[in-house]
Amino acid sequence: MVDERTMRALEEKVAELRRLVEEDGVDLRDELTLLEQRLQALRREYYAGLSDWDRVRLARRPDRPRGLTLVQAVCEDFYELRGDRIGGDDPALRGGLARLGGKAVTVLFHHRGTSPEEQRACRSGMALPTGYRKAVRIMEIAARLKLPLITFIDTPGAYPGVEAEAANIAGAIAKSIATMLSLPVPTVAVILGEGGSGGAVALAAADRVLMLENATYTVISPEGAAAILWKDAAAAPQAAQALALSAPRLLELGVIDEVIPEPLGGAHVDPEGTAQAVRDAVLRHLSELEGLPLDERRKLRYNRYRNAGNRGAGAPTG
Amino acid sequence: MPIRRDDRDRYVEVELRRGEEPLWLRCGACGELVFRRRLRENNYICPRCGAYFFLTAEERIAALVDEGTFQDLTLPLESKDPLSFSDRKPYADRLREAKETTGLKDAIVVGKGKISDHWVILAVMDFRFIGGSMGTVVGEQLAFAMERAAEERIPFVFVVASGGARVQEGVLSLLQMVKTVAARELLAEAGVPYIAVLTYPSTGGVMASIASLADVTLAEQGALIGFAGPRVIQQTTGEKLPPGFQRARYALEHGLVDGVVPREGLKEELVRVLDVLEGIPSGG
Repeated sequence: MVDERTMRALEEKVAELRRLVEEDGVDLRDELTLLEQRLQALRREYYAGLSDWDRVRLARRPDRPRGLTLVQAVCEDFYELRGDRIGGDDPALRGGLARLGGKAVTVLFHHRGTSPEEQRACRSGMALPTGYRKAVRIMEIAARLKLPLITFIDTPGAYPGVEAEAANIAGAIAKSIATMLSLPVPTVAVILGEGGSGGAVALAAADRVLMLENATYTVISPEGAAAILWKDAAAAPQAAQALALSAPRLLELGVIDEVIPEPLGGAHVDPEGTAQAVRDAVLRHLSELEGLPLDERRKLRYNRYRNAGNRGAGAPTG
Repeated sequence: MPIRRDDRDRYVEVELRRGEEPLWLRCGACGELVFRRRLRENNYICPRCGAYFFLTAEERIAALVDEGTFQDLTLPLESKDPLSFSDRKPYADRLREAKETTGLKDAIVVGKGKISDHWVILAVMDFRFIGGSMGTVVGEQLAFAMERAAEERIPFVFVVASGGARVQEGVLSLLQMVKTVAARELLAEAGVPYIAVLTYPSTGGVMASIASLADVTLAEQGALIGFAGPRVIQQTTGEKLPPGFQRARYALEHGLVDGVVPREGLKEELVRVLDVLEGIPSGG
C-alpha cells in the first residue's frame, strides 16, 4: 500500500526538478523522466487502492470541478434562470436553459461557490426550500417546452436551519422528487461531488443516474453516521466504508447506471478532461433515452423506482 | 428515562415493552404508575398529568379502526441487510432485537379497516422498530399499501412515526423516498384520497417524501414535524431554536399541516375528513 505522504513528497520533488529543467535549463532531463515514471507508477498504485473515505475527501476537495464552472464547460451555452417566483432565489441551487450537443435542454445544479464569500452565500451548496422550489419551476419549464433535464448534484445535504424548516424544506424536497418523476422528457442526473441525502435525491429521480468515479452518494454523511451509530466522530472512515457510498459500490448495487472515470488523482487534476467525460456520458445517455417512445421511457422510470431496493427487502425484483 | 415534554407538547418516551405486557406502566413525565387497562381506555394519555405515551402500531390501529374490522395485509417481508452493515453492532442483530421487542417484521403495519364505517387502507409506523426508520421493507410496504388503495378505490391513511431513512441500508433507504413518491402517483391517477397523520416524530426522509404529499395532513398534538432534527440544526448552524420549534402547532402556524388534533380526538377528526370526502373516488 502506497501512503499518501510518500506520493505527495515525490510530487513536490518532481515539480521542483521540472522547474530546474524548464526554467533554469539545468540538464537533469534523464533524472526527471525517471522520477516521473516512478511517480506515475506510485499514483496508479495509490489510486487503485482508494478507500471510500479517500473518495469522500476527494469529492470534497475545494478545487474539484463543480457548479457553474463545470456546467459552463459541459454545455455549449447556459442561460441562467433566477428565482422561485414565490419569494426568493437560492444561490446554492441554480439552473436554467442550456445548449447541449446542439440542442436546447434544461439544467439544474448545486453551486458551492469558489471564493469564501460566495461559499458563505451558497452555504457550501446546502440549498433552502426556495432552491428546491426554483428547481420545480425549472422542471415545469422542461415539461412545457419538452426539453430534457440534466441535473448536476453536489451537496452535503439540504440546509438544516430554522428558516429552512419554517419554510417546509421537507415538503419542498418531496415536491421536487414528485415533479422530476412525472416529467415527460428524458432526465439524466450526474453526481459530481457529494450526493448528500435528501438534498441530493431531490434532483436524482432521473431516468439515468451517473456518478463521477470519486463522487459519493449517501443517506447520511459518514460523520453523521459515525456520531449516531458509532457514538464516535473519529469512526467516519469506517462509516464511509459501511454506507456503500462510492460509485463502484453503487454501480454493483444497481443504484446508478454508469461510473464516469476521473483522471488519475481525481477530477481536479484535469477539470477540462473531466467536463469532457461528463459531457460525453450525458450525451450518450440522452441519445439512448431519446430513442425510446415516451410510454416506454416512463414505464422504465416508474419500474426503476417502484422496484428500488426490492432485493434488500426480499421482495420480487420486478 | 428520557422525557420529551414542554408546556404544550405532551410526549413521554416509555421503555420499550417486550414480551409479557406489564399490568402497570409508569408515566415518564410525572412518575405515576398507571394501570394498563386504564391507560388504554384513556388513549395512552397519562390520567394524572396528560402526558402522551408512544403508541405501538397495534395500539394506534386499535385507537383508530372500528373494532373487529382490521385485516392485516402486511407483506411477509424482512430486511435482507443488503449492505451487510455493521457499526458497533451488526445491523442483523439490531433487526433481530427489534423483531423480538415488537413482534413485527419491520417498522410498519399495513391493513384494511373501517373508520366509523369508512373503509380505508391504513399504513401505521411503529417507532419502536429502529426509530420507525424507512428502509427497503418499509418502502415496499408503503408502495404496496398505496397500490392496494388505488386498486380498491378507498382512501389511504398513513400514520407516520419515523425519524427518517434507515441509515443501515444506505442509499437504498434514500431510494425509498423516490419509490413511495412514485407509488403515490397511482393514488393521484385513481383519484383516491390520501390522508397523513403526523405523530411524534415525523422527520427526515419519510417527511421529505411521501409524508409531505398527502391531500389532507393532520398532526397529532405534540408531534415533532420537520426535516433535520433539532440537534443537527443546532450543531450545524449554531442557531437558537425558537420555543415550540418543529412541534405540531409550529407546523400549523407555518402552513405545513391542516390541523392539530389531540390524540383523543384523532379518530373523530379522521371521520370528519372521510365524511366530507364520501363518494370519492366517484364511480368506484
